[in-house]
Amino acid sequence: MASKSTAPRSTPTEPPTTRQTPLWPLWRRRHTLPPMLRYLLIRALSLSLSLIVASVVIFAVIEVIPGDPAAFMLGLNATDEAIANLRAELGLGGSLTERYLSWVTGMLRGDFGTSYTYRVPVSELIADRIWVSLPLAIFALILSTLIAIPVGIIAATNRGKAGDFAIMGVTQLGIAVPNFWFAMLLVLLFAVTFSLFSAGGFPGWDQPGPALKSLVLPAIALALPQASILARVMRSAVIETLDQDYIRTARARGLTRGQTIRRHALRNALIPVLTIIGLQFSFLLAGAIIIENVFFLPGLGRLVFQGITQRDLVVVESVTMLLVFAVITVTFLVDIAYALVDPRLRRK
Amino acid sequence: MIDIRNLSVRIGTTDILRDVSLTIGAGEIFGLVGESGSGKSMTALSLMGLLPRVMQASGHARLDGTDLLSLDEATLCTLRGNDISMIFQEPMTALNPVQTIGDQVAEVLTIHGKAQGPEARHIARNRLDRVGLSHIGLDRYPHELSGGQRQRVCIAAAIALHPRLLIADEPTTALDVTTQAQILDLLRDLVAEENMSLLLITHDLAVVSNMADRIAVMERGRIVEQGHTHDVLRDQNHPYTRKLFAASSHRPDRDGTATPDAILRVDDIHRHYPGARAGFRRGPPVKAVNGVSFAIKRGESLGLVGESGCGKSTLTRAILGLDPLTSGSITLNDTPVSPQMPRENRADMQVVFQDPYASFNPRWRVDRIIAEPFHLLSRKPAATDIAEALDAVRLSPDDAFKYPHEFSGGQRQRIAIARALITRPKLLVLDEAVSALDVSVRAQILDLLADLQTRFGLSYLFISHDLTVVRAITDRVLVMQAGEIVEQGKTEQVFNTPAHPYTCALLASAPKLEIPA
Amino acid sequence: MTRLPAALALGAAITGIYAAIALISLFWTPYDITNLQISNRLQGWSGTHPLGTDQFGRDMVSMLMEGARTSIAVAIVAVGIGVTLGVPLGLAAAANRGSLLDEIIMRGNDLIFAFPSLVIAILITAIWGPSATNAILAIGIFNIPVFARVARGGALPIWTLDYILAARTAGKSRARISAEHVLPNIANLLIVQATIQFSLGILAEAGLSYVGLGAQPPTSSLGRMLSESQTMIYSDPWLAVLPGLAIVILVLGLNLLGDGLRDALDPRLRRARE
Repeated sequence: MASKSTAPRSTPTEPPTTRQTPLWPLWRRRHTLPPMLRYLLIRALSLSLSLIVASVVIFAVIEVIPGDPAAFMLGLNATDEAIANLRAELGLGGSLTERYLSWVTGMLRGDFGTSYTYRVPVSELIADRIWVSLPLAIFALILSTLIAIPVGIIAATNRGKAGDFAIMGVTQLGIAVPNFWFAMLLVLLFAVTFSLFSAGGFPGWDQPGPALKSLVLPAIALALPQASILARVMRSAVIETLDQDYIRTARARGLTRGQTIRRHALRNALIPVLTIIGLQFSFLLAGAIIIENVFFLPGLGRLVFQGITQRDLVVVESVTMLLVFAVITVTFLVDIAYALVDPRLRRK
Repeated sequence: MIDIRNLSVRIGTTDILRDVSLTIGAGEIFGLVGESGSGKSMTALSLMGLLPRVMQASGHARLDGTDLLSLDEATLCTLRGNDISMIFQEPMTALNPVQTIGDQVAEVLTIHGKAQGPEARHIARNRLDRVGLSHIGLDRYPHELSGGQRQRVCIAAAIALHPRLLIADEPTTALDVTTQAQILDLLRDLVAEENMSLLLITHDLAVVSNMADRIAVMERGRIVEQGHTHDVLRDQNHPYTRKLFAASSHRPDRDGTATPDAILRVDDIHRHYPGARAGFRRGPPVKAVNGVSFAIKRGESLGLVGESGCGKSTLTRAILGLDPLTSGSITLNDTPVSPQMPRENRADMQVVFQDPYASFNPRWRVDRIIAEPFHLLSRKPAATDIAEALDAVRLSPDDAFKYPHEFSGGQRQRIAIARALITRPKLLVLDEAVSALDVSVRAQILDLLADLQTRFGLSYLFISHDLTVVRAITDRVLVMQAGEIVEQGKTEQVFNTPAHPYTCALLASAPKLEIPA
Repeated sequence: MTRLPAALALGAAITGIYAAIALISLFWTPYDITNLQISNRLQGWSGTHPLGTDQFGRDMVSMLMEGARTSIAVAIVAVGIGVTLGVPLGLAAAANRGSLLDEIIMRGNDLIFAFPSLVIAILITAIWGPSATNAILAIGIFNIPVFARVARGGALPIWTLDYILAARTAGKSRARISAEHVLPNIANLLIVQATIQFSLGILAEAGLSYVGLGAQPPTSSLGRMLSESQTMIYSDPWLAVLPGLAIVILVLGLNLLGDGLRDALDPRLRRARE
């Protein structure tokens, strides 16, 4: 049975077929870059630009706005001689551009300057402290994601039923609780009343067991409010996705409700959830700084607060830059995840 | 094969469908026609067991003796996609954007346990080839395909398991005429090849008249008439059927008295957009409008037809003075048209858009809405201006104090026309102005436009993809393709003896409603 | 629908009560909290001090009233900064979609998002020292991109609608169209976002004050009260529990109000009711 030729017309929305281009000349190689790589390259460049602008802003706030940073650091009672010494020590002699460039190139080499109060390289301080803050933030992120995604899906698939109602109520409460207050309550309950965990302090990673244990309460305190937000986002993303036309198509193909959710709704629902996970990392990092104060954890948070109270601008400058760097890196990781989940980004 | 008896659907106490009965034989194409809200889609969803949960169906719908309405969800799942398949109106959103088309077609096979892995992919390839997508890889994603291609993917998935019944709910409404013709051909061939039945749901009488063996006409949840297509077309027993037919081929009475001088001149205009970004560079520029020239005479009605993406919208925006030109010139009353043109020069040209729901700020009252073009004039609108404009479109002066959501689609389009008329312009740009309306409402609006043209001596630029409508209301017509005017001339002449191959293809693709003697 | 209109009523009631308390505290509190009476410290709940006194002998009811006022004031001003700067930026970006202006505004937004509000607060306090004003600035700056994003995101689909084209053919400027057509139609979104940012502002203020970057003595704020009570938590947990509860109830009320408003104002839901 001969079928009619029904090849469709090429329409303007149809993308051109991939052309074979030679590897040389170089300027043509953009055609040979896989689209995914090209997308990530562009994102990486754009984020590097953000990083540069952020460094300028931080530099301006710390080193330009106070006028003379050395005088600022030493306070009102400093002698001229002490100020002059500190100026020399901090390398404040050169022009602003020179100082900025030497700060940035220093950081690229891993040289964050020398703390005025601790008299040790800031990089050493950071290297010490980051192994508390980073594991804590990641621990909390994993905890929050592992709790939130299934809970959100359960709520969405039971929309309007008792389970959904209960989850929505609990998460509503979870969002309203300040994490550091929650941390205080956890200490009161688990450290004081039940003596299950220590109330604070950090034994160091040479004792991995107790070290991990000392991060459990802080991580829970950080994760639960974030998990509440994420679960609600997951719930509405799944519900929104279930309203889409392609879900109806899938049902018309004979998929059961469960199959439709597993095969079609979840991956699409992940797209908005990824955005929130990315944003949450910066909240978790900030939250970690505060939580460290509740549990007396020697992390970046305590470092930066000591820096502020002691007017140690070198520490403040470097640590805030590091935090911004961490946030931007996570944004990039989220971009990669986006591209993996959403093919539309890869080929656009 | 399919035997529907007294199918009724309600939400609470409101009837959605009342006593719908019809039968579809094996290998038969059954057309279900009606205007929006008549219950066509609900009939189809009842068969699929996919009605919204708030609705309850009663009656019987038997597929080879099995009553579909009495089946539980698990059994229905084994039937859907297997014995009964369905395709929908909007191909752009009907496919999962993050899954390859191959996976989506193969899914039907794996879900029903008919094939797995490479075998399922092999069959998927086969079915995609059959629907004319042999040049499209299984690993492509929906966003890389055009609307027509996506609808073909949906069809491939729907026929993958050789269903006995395929339900097609407005399968070509969102597509261009040439694509529509191809999809309809494909469906017709598949019905013959597979010996399956096809329930074709559409608002377009012309489509069913060319396709269906038998048709049923629906109005407000009931079937008012059904029978062999030929008989229904000829006899038109029910008044509603007659009304629908009359409206579908309605041509308003017009007396075209155009003067020789032009109100609008378009002279060799180009509008190019920068090409899409490819990395850090841009591709070649898109020539959306590429050397278009024409003039509209005073009192004339000029049609502009073309398929989506041909540059109609870009041209319209340029004529309205909303977007700058790359080169060329447009003059209205011999003064140049551009985004910078003085406000008062704009007052002679107004516009009516397609979507009666998006045409008004929902928070504004009708009096404020229709007075908005007074911004172009030096004087403030008076109550009499608003009343006169409403009267001209045969709405009541009291309607000035209502909000847009209180009106039906047809009434909203009248409000849009009132807004366009309030500054007493001489040229109206009608951008798909009747395309979103049901045929009976469309006929009324066309009559109104014909009447207004005579009363106010208006010129019309009537932009539409719908050839029937353009033929009914225009004196001259321009055919646009890929940014260029490929043919122009007197409407009857172009329609009867098209010269350009593209015009011939367009006219050949357009379904025609011919009433047998 | 899982949320009953009751949730909206409850949210509005809680918010209203807090607003009333904050207003009353401007003129009257049971005791003067700047007056430290160490002899009166750590009293239990009694008729004279319904919720007792803290370690400095200050009346807890008065402290909570003042604290709530500070927290609310900080959050309101921070939301105000976000709305007055962010919304016009977002509207301008949407009105000139794809232009250089749009690009600059959106990249600027991304940049601020790279600084968590706490980091901004750290930078500001490192230079100007901790104060309630600086806490407001830190939270407010972070609110700007939030509102710019919401305004732009809400405005973009409206700019594609035909009534915008009609207004343009009526010769109206983009700014005027933004004010007349776009802003009223995204007001719902902005109101809902404002309640969300308000509750986040309360939490942020609490966090900043807790680590000493917010309100300074003698000003009381709910976060400061938590900070001051931390050392007393084992002996007198109520001192920490009460201000925490005050925060939780306020934020809960605001969130209920926001969700309720969203459901009540959602045009899709409203159309379904009509």
